[in-house]
Amino acid sequence: MRDMTSDGPMVEFRKDLFADERDDNLNEVGKPTRRQDILGHVTGRSPFFDDHLFDGLLHLRCARSPHHHARIRRIDTSAAERMPGVVRVLTGRDVPVNLNTLLSLLDFGLDDEPILSENKTAYRGEPVAAVIAETEAQARAAAAAVQVDWEVLPHVLDVEEAIKPGAPAVLEIYPENKFVYHGKYDHQKLRYGDVDRALAEADHVVEGRYQMSPIEQAPIETCGAIAAPEQNDRYVCYTSTQALFFSLGTAAKVLSMPSSRLHFIGGTVGGGFGGKVDSVHEPLAILGAMLTGRPVKYAWDRAEEMQVGAPRGAERWYITDGVMADGRIVARKFTGYFDAGAYTRLSSYAIIKGVGHLPGPYTIPNVHADVYCVYTNRTPATAMRGFGITGVDFAIEAHMDKVAETVGLNPVELRILNAYRDGDMKAHRRLAKNCALIECAQVVAEKAGVTLSPQMKAASSLRDGGGARAELPRHTATDQEGRVEGFTATSYARKGGGDSPPTTAPPPRPASPPPAASRPSPPAPSQPAPSASARPEPAPEQATKKPARSGAMRFSSLSGFRRR
Amino acid sequence: MAKTPVSFTLNGSPRAAFADPGQNLLEFLRRDVGDLSPKFGCGQGTCGACTVTVDGETHLACLVLAQTVEGRDVGTASGLARGAQLDPLQEAFMDHFAAQCGYCTAGMLISARALLDRNPRPTRDEVVEAISGNLCRCTGYEPIIAAILSVAEGRARA
Amino acid sequence: MTIVETYPTLAEAARAMGRDAAYMAGGTLLMRDVNEGAGPARLIRVSDPGLTRVQTTGDGVRLGAGVTMAGVLASRELEVLHPVARLIGGPQVRNMGTVAGNLFAAHPYGDFAAALLALGALVVLAGQGSARPVEDVLKARDSAGLVEAIEVPRPRDPRAFAFHKVSRVKPKGVSVLSIAVHLPREGGRIRDPRVVFGAMGPTPLRSSGAERALEGHALDTATIDRAAAAACEGLAPFTDQIATEWYRREVAGVHLRRLLTRMEQG
Ligand SMILES: Cc1cc2nc3c(=O)[nH]c(=O)nc-3n(C[C@H](O)[C@H](O)[C@H](O)COP(=O)(O)OP(=O)(O)OC[C@H]3O[C@@H](n4cnc5c(N)ncnc54)[C@H](O)[C@@H]3O)c2cc1C
Ligand code: FES
Ligand code: FES
Repeated sequence: MRDMTSDGPMVEFRKDLFADERDDNLNEVGKPTRRQDILGHVTGRSPFFDDHLFDGLLHLRCARSPHHHARIRRIDTSAAERMPGVVRVLTGRDVPVNLNTLLSLLDFGLDDEPILSENKTAYRGEPVAAVIAETEAQARAAAAAVQVDWEVLPHVLDVEEAIKPGAPAVLEIYPENKFVYHGKYDHQKLRYGDVDRALAEADHVVEGRYQMSPIEQAPIETCGAIAAPEQNDRYVCYTSTQALFFSLGTAAKVLSMPSSRLHFIGGTVGGGFGGKVDSVHEPLAILGAMLTGRPVKYAWDRAEEMQVGAPRGAERWYITDGVMADGRIVARKFTGYFDAGAYTRLSSYAIIKGVGHLPGPYTIPNVHADVYCVYTNRTPATAMRGFGITGVDFAIEAHMDKVAETVGLNPVELRILNAYRDGDMKAHRRLAKNCALIECAQVVAEKAGVTLSPQMKAASSLRDGGGARAELPRHTATDQEGRVEGFTATSYARKGGGDSPPTTAPPPRPASPPPAASRPSPPAPSQPAPSASARPEPAPEQATKKPARSGAMRFSSLSGFRRR
Repeated sequence: MAKTPVSFTLNGSPRAAFADPGQNLLEFLRRDVGDLSPKFGCGQGTCGACTVTVDGETHLACLVLAQTVEGRDVGTASGLARGAQLDPLQEAFMDHFAAQCGYCTAGMLISARALLDRNPRPTRDEVVEAISGNLCRCTGYEPIIAAILSVAEGRARA
Repeated sequence: MTIVETYPTLAEAARAMGRDAAYMAGGTLLMRDVNEGAGPARLIRVSDPGLTRVQTTGDGVRLGAGVTMAGVLASRELEVLHPVARLIGGPQVRNMGTVAGNLFAAHPYGDFAAALLALGALVVLAGQGSARPVEDVLKARDSAGLVEAIEVPRPRDPRAFAFHKVSRVKPKGVSVLSIAVHLPREGGRIRDPRVVFGAMGPTPLRSSGAERALEGHALDTATIDRAAAAACEGLAPFTDQIATEWYRREVAGVHLRRLLTRMEQG
């Protein structure tokens, strides 16, 4: 079936796949429908934040650092204050709580970023003062008149340079330029099975290095907010945020006021793509309204959106695969560097997400990852469409092609051979379900005119998974590398629970038992059937039922968390 | 600062307001005239969200001096519908999912309307060309192109 | 804050000009500065509709300074320039941007000016008797004064002119580079060729190397090879957000070769 955009096969619903898993008699799901907000869009009436007019609206613009990294000796706002139309100039001293980290609302990470920097700036474009004036042009002119006595510091723009000894410290609280995970390690670890051993036993070892540059979300509507005094000592705030309660919580924290005094109105977002979660506009706009008693708008122009709007961060990945001659991947090792830019924002969380995704949608019995959230003197990075996943997926899929070439297999078949199937154990110790990679790969092959072998054509996500492929590794090699002292501060870390001691157990399986359909005459799995008592790690069902770690908070999406 | 009185026609109705010196038409329409349908995306001429017509030609309101529309005929997306009767393009955009966030939509519709007014049966390439000055970050353009073509073909059949 | 002054004639506007003023035509470039608070103190405009006229003259076409790219596209007399005008900005920019404004457009803009230079157009300046070559105006933009009209000679053989624009975003991206070539021929041999590159320097520039390689030769593979190899002589490309200087130098000859090959094959 095609969708309504009938001018080409843009969307094709393949209802032949997983047909018995779906109810096609639903009223809305599975049917093309009009967006509920689209009448407003086509008539030009949808109320974006800037479509709210206020009499006496003031305009706020920031004075920004021209340097990648610099100490502030002195900020002189007196000339700016005397400029025509200027109502007020704010500096860090005016901000009630001038240090924040976005994920502090989720109890994750240390406050690291000033709203208006007072001592030091760590990226080009970092705001040091905010000018509020009668017109935009006046605010612009006055912002240019803010004088800062800078002491330019050495800067670092590359992730691997930044973690070398002697690199300039971007943030004083993370002197090694690395975020501290769980209060313990300078990187996020994934340990599943024994990668080094499996690599030693593999027929081929395939290595690769992959890099993705930062990507600007570039919404057509730039980020902004308008705040105005309301009755009953409250403030209304119209905002372009894509995470209203996130912004509300952040504003309440930064302004040190109960959120009940803040009336946030949003929901009509001119494109966000992740770039509108950072909540940097609302606190300043509201503070402006508080201090002037008038409506204040703080919105970026296009140049600011591009320069200081937080992008999807750059990533660099090193991948080493152990591959058997028949194409089964038996080990995958990652070293990853996320470029957080100058402040944490959402990068620390992106890595948690990303590591949960490793090794990609493939059943690989031995996986190891060390992923670093690295600070550099670049624009801070934040969310963007699948962030944490996209960059490493690019690396993984490029690497899959390299592996296919090495073993002389068609790249689509390599993917089908190694794909997750329902019931397989994943490296983050949960069972795979609702898998569909095999079917996607088969359809892609069909569309691209790639001929698959009969076995690959017959493969299915529903078959040949689970069983021995559902088992956890007998032995997982763990280590204390990257141990950091003195970082017990975050309560996230406390929720992480204690160390599970390194276990000693039988050697790892060399490979996941091959899926029967794809390999007509597999070597007999050499392991005895596992007995539950012999397992060093709990079965997944137990793991999920066990009251999860003491805090019981799990991230579910950017805008919140859920209890398990 | 001396303001300049500007009298012009907006979507067929006479309007008058005061423009600041150097003020662009986008600001003027939105703040001073109260037509919020053209949007600010860049102020640099690159995004097309501010597209309006001036005497029937598409212009970028952010690059037009407000006072230069004195005596001229300005058209915006607010004027596409006749009362409750939507323009066929508006209907087609709704049917084809040609707007997600909706921020580019008003400008996109103006460019599409201008195309169909001078060329009721455009080819796909002509449609692509006609909206090449309008950026959309959400849709990937295909639904927009399909929507415009559907109206063009509809006309051709009528 | 920018003040706008409108004059009925170009002559009056020319008298009103000064260090604090800029002449505004379509505004597609100037208004960007104004919006950023970086505009001049005074904007000088002219309301004379004569500036938007396209007139056929004996051996060519006279374009009023205020003729827009859309105006060029609407004129059948200017067919030779249609492939150029069609590639300037998107439809809205073509409805606004003028031919004279393009002479003053900073890098990487100026695609139309490149074509004018290749065609050997002349520029009529306000208050000056005789028209001057486009080249002179490009060399001294700041002191050129106000442009009243541009005289475009009609090439004897329209197929002797060709234009190619290389951009990353299609169909309306900014130039990585553009090439305008005019190769008049006498008895099969090229005489007084003009090979102009846009976005390969502060203004459109002639490739002295390619012109020398073409002069006096027939357009064949060997000549094309020599012209392509010498393409960067006389150019001064630099690095911007669109491309590096290195990249521009690498690809200039490649694109020139393609364009000349297309011309050779007719
Ligand atoms: C989105 C976008 C895309 C663009 N794409 C292209 C492109 O692909 N190729 C390209 O070449 N350009 C491009 N441009 C640049 C610009 O639109 C064109 O160069 C256009 O021709 C400039 O003309 P204007 O009338 O708008 O100039 P204005 O902005 O009015 O003026 C530009 C300069 O020319 C001077 N000037 C104008 N007229 C005269 C005159 N008669 N006498 C003396 N000085 C004068 C002005 O003082 C000013 O310094 C683009 C611009 C935008 C906004
Ligand atoms: S706001 Fe006018 S083109 Fe972007
Ligand atoms: S619908 Fe969002 S930019 Fe086009």
